[in-house]
Amino acid sequence: MSVTISIPTALRQFTDGSTTIKLEAATAGEALEALAVAHPELRRHLYDDKNNLRSFVNVYLNDEDIRHRSGAATPISDGDTLMIVPSIAGGATVEKDVAATLPQLSNDEIARYSRHLIMPEVGIEGQRRLKAASVLMIGTGGLGAPTGMYLAAAGVGRLGVVDFDVVEASNLQRQIIHGTRDVGRRKIESARDRLSDINPHIDIETHEARLTSANALQLFKNYDVVVDGTDNFPTRYLVNDACVLTGKPNVYGSIFRFEGQASVFWAERGACYRCLYPEPPPPGLVPSCAEGGVLGVLPGIVGAIQANETIKILLGAEGILVNRLLLFDAWQLKFRELKLRKDPACPVCGENPTVKQLIDYEEFCGLKADPGRVETTLEEITASELNRRLKQGDDIQIIDVREPHEYEIARLPQTRLIPLGGVVNRMSEIDPQRETVVHCKGGVRSAKAIEALKRAGFQGKLVNLKGGITAWSDEVDPSVPKY
Amino acid sequence: MLLLSSQHQNQIAAHGERDYPFECCGLLLGRFGEDGKKVATETYLISNAREETAKRNRFLITPEELLHGERYAALKGLDVIGFYHSHPDHPAAPSQYDRDHAWPVFSYVIVSIKNAKANGITSWTLKPDRSAFDQEEIVKGNS
Repeated sequence: MSVTISIPTALRQFTDGSTTIKLEAATAGEALEALAVAHPELRRHLYDDKNNLRSFVNVYLNDEDIRHRSGAATPISDGDTLMIVPSIAGGATVEKDVAATLPQLSNDEIARYSRHLIMPEVGIEGQRRLKAASVLMIGTGGLGAPTGMYLAAAGVGRLGVVDFDVVEASNLQRQIIHGTRDVGRRKIESARDRLSDINPHIDIETHEARLTSANALQLFKNYDVVVDGTDNFPTRYLVNDACVLTGKPNVYGSIFRFEGQASVFWAERGACYRCLYPEPPPPGLVPSCAEGGVLGVLPGIVGAIQANETIKILLGAEGILVNRLLLFDAWQLKFRELKLRKDPACPVCGENPTVKQLIDYEEFCGLKADPGRVETTLEEITASELNRRLKQGDDIQIIDVREPHEYEIARLPQTRLIPLGGVVNRMSEIDPQRETVVHCKGGVRSAKAIEALKRAGFQGKLVNLKGGITAWSDEVDPSVPKY
Repeated sequence: MLLLSSQHQNQIAAHGERDYPFECCGLLLGRFGEDGKKVATETYLISNAREETAKRNRFLITPEELLHGERYAALKGLDVIGFYHSHPDHPAAPSQYDRDHAWPVFSYVIVSIKNAKANGITSWTLKPDRSAFDQEEIVKGNS
């Protein structure tokens, strides 16, 4: 096919002043190659050392960028015109200066990271950036497990891990960083072993502590990025505020049942968590995963997205999840995205911030008893005491306010199941003449049920089973499964 | 040699100061003369196409914008003879990045902006073998 190539002003000196050159080619790539063969001096301006078309060389076939067609393979028809149009770029030397100070990769590391290195978006320089980088992970649970494992595998040079918990059997359904043999071990130890097995070239720093307003700023200061893998509101607000105050990006993820969320809260570039949720929900409104459950694979998906965004931040990539809230529904298998905006009135990252240091986040989230309020006394009974009284023949009715599917897993003897949502409507099923013990899995929902019943005017004696059916299994009957 | 009047130099400096701390960029329109001499007769402002975060040390003129500029120049019987950009808080010397992305023949004018004030202006041309930039003499004169 005959094609006419128009030569930009800057390159005409290499074509003996010709403004257009006619040649035969079947594709745009062939035409450019033929041009470079005919005028060898042109090659170095069109192609880089690796013979790839330079990033700032744009080729238009009849006014259309060939990148929007099939690139070099774009077919040419007889009489087409190919235009070479430079995009002009440049800038100060900052990034190259940084590059000179990055740590080198050993041959072992080059072999390990080869699938990264062969992509220009990462390359040797990007991999060295990852090696020079540090990430602090809050929690090694459902979200922290995949995030930590992928960040370790990717070669993030220094990984900080914060956790204070112990591995339990009920963690293993989703927290794949821990194994069966780790049950009963401290999570940070189990996580450290797994991470250093994945990648011995990285440093793992363990912090066995609960993240608090007293230690957060000091911890965050020493890392480039913070990944929030927590499961409760006070810590989530604490992580957000500490990230804003120390200027760190906060890679956020949260999960519940089948639904996940992810975003990057980075006050320098966009909205923070408080711009999205200025106030925490009233205590108890949003149940935790321990109460509501979570599909085991869900944190795997959300945590992997957090790892993905963390790596992109460290590489200086574009298209980061800033000002975007990603919503994922594992049951429908649907992703949705909401646009976020920085709130100029945000109390922590807005124009006139009122939060300039970390506060008491338990109190902020309404989880501390208000001293001004007259406490409605909640009568409680321990599992052992309940067992003793049942054995001695006391007349006690037991109301189980859990859901039917929980009742299927484990139950106490001689109970009536009235799930929390229907407890007020079905109040007549509870005999006010008899002493009533109310129980759930851990004691939170049953306390709510008691409060609701009292508000609805129930006159009988209501006692909360402290620690729920879990305590019963621990203290009285280990044959009742814990879940 | 690049003939660039005081008025045009001031326009470039003002653009750089206005866009500080981001990089500004634009085209130089004029004529190619004998022996590599260039005469600038007009500056043509371009809005930096880089996204917000990269603007501090990067500029980008898209091919579409360059085509617009070329069409405008052609209407007035002029050529695009070069480009200018600013280096916020960096010297008016070309970076490796500038060299990797440059074309021969054109003049690359760089204005250094220190703390929002213009602080020196230089012009550069790429060697035909791409090995380095040569500094180009700027002559004020009247154009």
